[in-house]
Amino acid sequence: MQIATTLAYLVAALLFIVGIRRMRDPATARIGNVTSAIGMTIAVVATLFQVEELLSLPAIGVGVVAGSAVGAISARRVQMTAMPQMVAAFNGVGGGAAALVAFVEFYRASVLGLAEESVVADLAILLGILIGSVSFAGSIVAFGKLQEIFLTGSIAFPGQKAVNAIVALAILVLGGLVIAGASVPEPIVSVSIILALSLALGVLLVIPIGGADMPIVISLLNAFTGLAAAMSGFVLSNYVLIISGSLVGASGTILTRLMSSSLGRPLGGIIFGAVAAASEDEDDDGEEKSTRSVGAEDVASLLNYDAESVIFVPGYGLAVAQAQSAMAELAKVLEGKGKDVRFAIHPVAGRMPGHMNVLLAEADVPYDNLYDLEDINEVFDETDAVIVVGANDVVNPSAREEGKSAISGMPILDVDHARTVVFVKRSLSPGFAGVDNPLFYDEEKTMMLFSDAKTGLEEIVSSIKNS
Amino acid sequence: MDAATLLAQLTVFLLAVVIGFELIARVPSLLHTPLMSATNAIHGIVLVGAIVAIGSPGSLLTQILAFVAVFFGAVNIVGGFLVTNRMLDMFKAQGGGSKGKR
Repeated sequence: MQIATTLAYLVAALLFIVGIRRMRDPATARIGNVTSAIGMTIAVVATLFQVEELLSLPAIGVGVVAGSAVGAISARRVQMTAMPQMVAAFNGVGGGAAALVAFVEFYRASVLGLAEESVVADLAILLGILIGSVSFAGSIVAFGKLQEIFLTGSIAFPGQKAVNAIVALAILVLGGLVIAGASVPEPIVSVSIILALSLALGVLLVIPIGGADMPIVISLLNAFTGLAAAMSGFVLSNYVLIISGSLVGASGTILTRLMSSSLGRPLGGIIFGAVAAASEDEDDDGEEKSTRSVGAEDVASLLNYDAESVIFVPGYGLAVAQAQSAMAELAKVLEGKGKDVRFAIHPVAGRMPGHMNVLLAEADVPYDNLYDLEDINEVFDETDAVIVVGANDVVNPSAREEGKSAISGMPILDVDHARTVVFVKRSLSPGFAGVDNPLFYDEEKTMMLFSDAKTGLEEIVSSIKNS
Repeated sequence: MDAATLLAQLTVFLLAVVIGFELIARVPSLLHTPLMSATNAIHGIVLVGAIVAIGSPGSLLTQILAFVAVFFGAVNIVGGFLVTNRMLDMFKAQGGGSKGKR
């Protein structure tokens, strides 16, 4: 039986790898997901044959059925705009499960004497508890922020870094005592305190992080949960856990690095509170700068008669206003008139990596019309009109100036290279980074359509249709 | 745990990390959200650990904690895969490749 289970684990691990491999192309991605799901089913069923205490089978059944029901219902109900918090929630429960498994193993070995203790196992257990709990607590906070229930925005308090350092140090010291085999305090007491402190650390690390940095937090927590699962694999000497956990850890790490370079900020700066530095508003001179405010019919006539190539730049504001379909509709109308229409997607356009692509796919925008930053930036030079909806920081030319503002160094979409730029925006308020956009005041190039994203786009569509 | 086992496990761990990096680096940013959601479901594999934990001899406390872990793991797996599937359905529905601009 042991050999059969091990072989089943091997097959499962291979299926995970093939499944992720198939995610490279939209055409095969869905089969890839099914492949991974089959691998998961094989691994779980094979594990049932390993259960020593047959009396626990009913409990396993109840837990799996109840968990599956909760998972399935939330997966069906969630809105695509709410995907980041959904991922955060699943991530949190995964991390919590990993921490619990590690804690249970420690309790069995240390208190009940039912498992072997070793330095390596202890180390893996401690890491599993630490990483899993940080991921659990951090994900809950991230969920709350994204769902806008609690702890929204960036929360900072004096001495935050010192508190974090003390908590981390306490975890290190207690962990060291456990591994060294100290009997005072009792190991299980130390480990319980470590569990509690790790939960606190998870909260402390995520509360100072504000809206625009959320994609990074989500990817990072994903990597953490993967690592925590890998650690429980070391604890249980279970290869499928080690392999799958490290696959996920690697993927989360890559996406995290990608996101932080898209924001033009080092990862360390985001995690360890560069946020506070950017909060002071030095540009508050109260000077009224003028803009060229236009109506929907002006934009319509621009698009109708004076633009052959159009690029849409959707930002998170578009999703907030639920205006994806209105934008897709406008794109369709323009394409019907033989115009060249594209969409430029900044890597941090949504609240998690690639989020905007999903939102536009939901609105039936063909995915080969969606362009990355690198692919689209050279096209702006020869573009007649750019329509920016609900985005600000990612098209702000002041990001190109060194060290001047909070967004300096962030790669942006070069919309100012196009002939005309239209902003659909409710007001002149700056974006998340709080940096004013000089492009708003370029009365030659820029048209400001002050309106709700959805209403504005719908008005443009109807006035094009009526002309 | 003997040294040979640990070494074998570390080898597997490192190789899996390398494969992970290779696999993910080639996924286009278009699919990053479904990708993350799929890998998110894959770390639900910790359910395997939770089942082993609840199925091993222990006390009432370990049974209760492991039960919670089983529940969490199942939420993670089923929710993760279903929601990924929902997203990818939207990419599939378009048929794709009609314009071939790239």
